[in-house]
Amino acid sequence: MTAIVKIIAQRLALGFLTMFVVSVVIFVAVNLLPGDFAEAILGQGATPEAVEAIRRDLGLDQHPVKRYLSWLAGAVQGDLGNSFAQANFAAFVGADAGSGLASVATQIAPRFENTMFLAGVTALIAVPISLVLGILAALYRNSAFDRATNIFTLSSISSPEFFLAYILILFLAVMNPILPSLSNIYEGMGLGERLTKTLLPALTLTLVVMAHMMRMTRAAIINLLASPYIEMARLKGISPLLIIMRHALPNALAPIINVIALNLAYLITGVVVVEVVFVYPGIGQLFVDSVKIRDIPVVQACCLIFAGAYILLNLTADILSILSNPRLRQPK
Amino acid sequence: MVAQMADTLLKIRELKIDGRSDETWTPIVKGIDLDLCKGEVLGLIGESGAGKSTVGLAAMGFARDGCRISGGSVEFDGVDLVKASASIKRSFLGRRIAYVAQSAAASFNPAHRLINQHTEAPVHHGVMSRSESEADGIELYRKLRLPHPEEIGFRYPHQVSGGQLQRAMTAMAMSCRPDLIIFDEPTTALDVTTQIEVLASIRKIVEEFNTAAIYITHDLAVVAQMADRIKVLLRGEEVEEADTREMLSNPKEDYTKSLWAVRSFERAPKPAIQTSAVPIVAIKNVTAAYGKEAVLHDISFDMHAGRTVAVVGESGSGKSTVARCITGLLPPIQGQVEFDGVALPRDYRKRDKSQLRQIQMIYQMADTALNPRKTIGELIGRPVQFYLGLSGGDRRRRVEKLLEEIELDPAQYYNRLPSELSGGQKQRIGIARALAAEPKFIICDEVTSALDQLVAEGILKLLARLQDELNLTYMFITHDLATVRSIADDVVVMKEGRVVEKGYKEEMFRPPHHPYTDLLLSSVPEMDPDWLTNLLSDRGVDNIGGAAVDKMENESSD
Amino acid sequence: MKILMVLILAFGCILAGGWIFRFLGRKVSGNKPYFRDMGLGVAFGYVFAALALAWLLWAYAQSHSNDPITANKFFFLGKAVEGFLLFSFAAWVFRFFGRKIGTSTSKRIFRSMPLTASFGVLTILVYAVVSIFAGWLAPYGQEEILSSANIVPGGNPNIGGSPEFPLGTDQIGRDILSRLIYGAQNTVGIAFATTCLAFFLGGTLGFLAATLQGWVDQFLSRGVDVLMAIPSLIFALLLMTIASAWAGSEQSLLTYYMIVIIAVIDSTRVFRLSRAVGLNIVVMDYIEAAKLRGEGLAYLIFREILPNAYAPLLAEFGLRFCFVFLTIASLSFLGVGIQPPMADWGTMVRDLAQFINFAAFAPQVASAPLLAAGAIALLTVAVNFVVDWMLQKTSGLKE
Repeated sequence: MTAIVKIIAQRLALGFLTMFVVSVVIFVAVNLLPGDFAEAILGQGATPEAVEAIRRDLGLDQHPVKRYLSWLAGAVQGDLGNSFAQANFAAFVGADAGSGLASVATQIAPRFENTMFLAGVTALIAVPISLVLGILAALYRNSAFDRATNIFTLSSISSPEFFLAYILILFLAVMNPILPSLSNIYEGMGLGERLTKTLLPALTLTLVVMAHMMRMTRAAIINLLASPYIEMARLKGISPLLIIMRHALPNALAPIINVIALNLAYLITGVVVVEVVFVYPGIGQLFVDSVKIRDIPVVQACCLIFAGAYILLNLTADILSILSNPRLRQPK
Repeated sequence: MVAQMADTLLKIRELKIDGRSDETWTPIVKGIDLDLCKGEVLGLIGESGAGKSTVGLAAMGFARDGCRISGGSVEFDGVDLVKASASIKRSFLGRRIAYVAQSAAASFNPAHRLINQHTEAPVHHGVMSRSESEADGIELYRKLRLPHPEEIGFRYPHQVSGGQLQRAMTAMAMSCRPDLIIFDEPTTALDVTTQIEVLASIRKIVEEFNTAAIYITHDLAVVAQMADRIKVLLRGEEVEEADTREMLSNPKEDYTKSLWAVRSFERAPKPAIQTSAVPIVAIKNVTAAYGKEAVLHDISFDMHAGRTVAVVGESGSGKSTVARCITGLLPPIQGQVEFDGVALPRDYRKRDKSQLRQIQMIYQMADTALNPRKTIGELIGRPVQFYLGLSGGDRRRRVEKLLEEIELDPAQYYNRLPSELSGGQKQRIGIARALAAEPKFIICDEVTSALDQLVAEGILKLLARLQDELNLTYMFITHDLATVRSIADDVVVMKEGRVVEKGYKEEMFRPPHHPYTDLLLSSVPEMDPDWLTNLLSDRGVDNIGGAAVDKMENESSD
Repeated sequence: MKILMVLILAFGCILAGGWIFRFLGRKVSGNKPYFRDMGLGVAFGYVFAALALAWLLWAYAQSHSNDPITANKFFFLGKAVEGFLLFSFAAWVFRFFGRKIGTSTSKRIFRSMPLTASFGVLTILVYAVVSIFAGWLAPYGQEEILSSANIVPGGNPNIGGSPEFPLGTDQIGRDILSRLIYGAQNTVGIAFATTCLAFFLGGTLGFLAATLQGWVDQFLSRGVDVLMAIPSLIFALLLMTIASAWAGSEQSLLTYYMIVIIAVIDSTRVFRLSRAVGLNIVVMDYIEAAKLRGEGLAYLIFREILPNAYAPLLAEFGLRFCFVFLTIASLSFLGVGIQPPMADWGTMVRDLAQFINFAAFAPQVASAPLLAAGAIALLTVAVNFVVDWMLQKTSGLKE
């Protein structure tokens, strides 16, 4: 048992290390901006006083390493700095830039929750369906069903998210008004209504993620069914259903966990475009808006959150598949 | 005769099987008849591609993916398995017909304990209850002489060694007391000393329960021990069938005779080495390790001009590592390799061209040893150009000369790709590439073990001729003692990274031996059908295979 | 809840239908092995497929109904069915002639080709021709502002179309057909250049890491691990923000920055693959033989390793191209990719997207943004079909 604890501890340490290096990368990337933030955001028309005010407010007069450390320390405690958009406004009206700024954290928190809700609904729909369909495609491989799903999933993977989104809007919102095409979610909304409004973006993401997941599940199961121990089970006269349940699934656990984790990670990227299409008030939309107005602290913070979620998912998958491997659970 | 008909268990008639390649079905088994009585063991032998495994599976009414039974009948106890419904077939499989696969490590499900896999078929078919089957399993493990029979079943497959897994699989096949067991090359992947244990236990248990069996193998000596009758297959067709003794002593067909004749090739012994001679390659006190794990411990031996030194050992003995030390791929931690009396740099990257040229290598797998994207002309031409500086017409003439040396027609083969050649031809190209450097010393790493016997024989003869013509020195790495017997002048026996014994071949094959050499030599099956029986009565079951090795180790440590 | 009940009921009905179908099949065929050994799942599939086909036929008939409201409702479905049949037929004809005309090698390739792959090859060829000859093919310039804005696609003057502009004009009066054609040149061209750059970077480093191993490999691999821990679209957006600050007022520079940024991000994936492919080849005995011969690094990489890596690399090139293409389209769609006035499909979709809401009254109006989005999807689908076929062929999988 000690061996497995050691391996997991190693993976966890590696995850933290990666997260740390990623934060450095993001910080360095942002510091590649020409001049400094203050000039970059205020543009050429800014008064020297305004620039100076922001510079002081953001601590730009300090050494980069020190700035990084204080940013990191803040981020760990949930303080992600202040949004430039507000800073900009404050500077222009001549107010003291240090007071009354909306912090990035308060801006992100509710949107983060919304995004998690969207991802959760998607996962609830996509994971069971795609696992079942993927296993069916593997079982009936080379049949008409398999070929049809192959064409369908390939097409779905190849289409940009916004294409799928508009097709769904076209058929489910415009031609047949079943679901709303705008997801204007607000606080204090009932769960039922919220679900209806989230359904269309969730279905779009489902289409994309499901295709990936089905293909990966199918490949993993086919790979498994080709192993000699499955042939051995068939030669023992075990029925096909039992072979799947008893011989294939226990070994398919690791690949399936990986498939799910990879696709949930993929969701993170997909969320950005889909949120923009449906005007869904999630973190992806905030991210894109901030990118457009170059609100660096928000961009930085969103990036860190996305990367963190991505690393966390991969780490979870890694650890779960280690735990499901009898070779590691039962050392020699 | 009538009585025998009544006992017929399996009757295969005109069996035809197609395999799928490039979207078309091509026949791979072309009409095979087979009869098997209760309690009888039939040996099915043939070279690779003979279709013997496919026939074995078809005897269970089963065809792998990409294969289909296209004609004929497989009658098992009066039921035609080709036409039977899936559920009827399932009720036979495992319960009345069982299967033992080549690779036990891959055929046990890694997620379940051995005993749970053992009891699966009896419980599923309703032959025994779970606890009965478990107790029976332990009893079978004991009969098969597995160590710790009470607890070995509760381990996972990766916790048990290959030879033990193979016996556990035999026990699993026996779990429902079937009427017929198909053994598909059950010992091919094992070392000789392990193989003999498995052979002995399989034979014992098959005899004890009077089970009929089809024993599939490419190894004649093995089948001679196991089978009552032998059927020889060639490219999906039957060559001949006869009782084992009859077949061994009096084969009728030319193909069978040629298979038998393979084992008779032997070179004339060379004169003894002069004491003053400087060895071509001398290995002096070499110790080597992969990372921190030492794999060679203080190895020393010499190889003299014009002689063949066979380095013998089982897997894990470090024999290939010696080759890596000589070539410089694995620089030794201690000791050195001398060439013609001069120490070579340990790392190959520090050796100059002339040093690299003198030591050439021929690999086991010709498939991976030849770049599949290069023509034969390029493959052999590159060292010619690289070492001798020849180019254009000179280079081409030299390559053609080399092709003639290895008995391939230059006009026909110069522009071909390796994929268009047979296994034996590829191995010859590998030899030509080594010769192109005009070396004094060639390392042959298991060069014949991936080849069918007839082809391997041709390669050995070619190597022998080249040695006589060019005064080459060979280091012959092999686990096959038959090959040693036919080609070696000197023998080095290795075990777990140490040299156990070294000397002239004639001396090595004559007692007294070092106990390990003795065990190794005695474990190699012979063509005599009584060999295993005699061996067991001579030495006793405790003095063969893994048991004997353990014993030896205990004695030496005492 | 109600929908769930209906779904479960429908499932049960089809399952019962499947059972009856199998039962009848057994009776009629006299218990032929095919029906005898048929699982209920297969029977379910047959009935389900039959029902789906029947519904599709009915819907297609509806799209040609005389009642304009019904016809409008099924307009897109009808077009989709027609498009599917047309593409299948074109692919079939293409393959048919491919098998008849050409050298023996090309004929052999066409013979082993499934319909999906031949559709893919045909589509890629058409895109290549369109993007290379965009200047000749397009009736108007990509930045040219013509006559009136918002002309409806279809060329029917009665509903606000114009025969001069078969696909209508956009919100500031540019010809949509011309912009679609130029879009092929811009979007496909830029994606292609980006992919080539990514392959050059990632491939070189990947093979170097595989051949040299040791600390070079460790250093590069760990670096790539870190870069890959940031989701690519997010990373691209972050870097684009910075790039846009660098570009300042010169927005056209941004397109070049985008090429470099996406190439670098994507080269990490190429690095992974080429390193893996390289490592598989490096362990081969022929590489060992070449090393022992004393060959140099350049010879090893270019003469021994690369020739054996073409097949997987080519397939990966197709997949990477799709990925890059979609990333660029997404960035443009989000407004930070290819910059106007260059015509590009992602931007076009964003600009024209609001027309989709008019689909219920005039389906033609909604077709413009869908055409641009469809143009993106069609190419990636085509490339994916070809890659899928290539992978199946090279891996020799019989599955």
